[in-house]
Amino acid sequence: MSEVKSEEIENLYKKLDSEAESFGYHLNSDIDMTKDLIKGLLVNEKRYGYLACPCRLATGEKSRDLDIICPCDYRDDDLNEYGSCYCALYVSKDILNGKKKLGSIPERRHQKDEKRQIKEKSIKNNIISLSKPVWRCKVCGYLCGKDSPPEVCPICKAKKERFEIFI
Amino acid sequence: MKIEHVDGENRGKILLYALSTCGWCRKTKEFLSKLGVEYSYIYVDLVDDSEKDKVIKEVRKFNPRNSYPTIVINDKECIVGYNEDEIREVLGK
Repeated sequence: MSEVKSEEIENLYKKLDSEAESFGYHLNSDIDMTKDLIKGLLVNEKRYGYLACPCRLATGEKSRDLDIICPCDYRDDDLNEYGSCYCALYVSKDILNGKKKLGSIPERRHQKDEKRQIKEKSIKNNIISLSKPVWRCKVCGYLCGKDSPPEVCPICKAKKERFEIFI
Repeated sequence: MKIEHVDGENRGKILLYALSTCGWCRKTKEFLSKLGVEYSYIYVDLVDDSEKDKVIKEVRKFNPRNSYPTIVINDKECIVGYNEDEIREVLGK
């Protein structure tokens, strides 16, 4: 495996930091920890071909790991409930200001599978007549009514493959 | 499969399942070393594909969510996530 260069870490750090700040998110202010996580992301990109969460075991099959490509599908829920995402790359304002303590949080992945399946079923059973399908970005919740989702989410920059049919 | 061993005070069989890229796993390793206990660790993401399923099955026995870090103590107790207080309590340190 080729080594991750410090320049690559620096570049991705700058990119993620400026994107986070312009969209109302914050990177962890513990720079050493944050850069280590970014290094982990880059290692995973070289290893698997995509930026899989450094704190989760990726399968190497992109279709099975889509939900854990950073930013993961669970980031916003975890930020709301615990003040940080699972790996702690992203933190809430309260953690940033020291009002809340940063810590290791429980894994949310797979927890809601059952709930989600029930919901998907009920949506399918309640077919509403719409002129266009509504697509939902699984990362940030952005909705749009179009024949297909946008190439890149205009809000959080997640790729097209992270969209699901909402209605 | 590569199992790394760290020398220290014997507080039972401590096996840490970790990911080489994970920040909380790194902190857990550092904390165990700071406590000075003897332990072993496996970087599950670096395990050969031929053996990976076997290791994941072992982790799931103790932690069905297959999340990391997972510490297994004496093949029976398990600590999921980086939790200093819990580690101290279970290891009596």
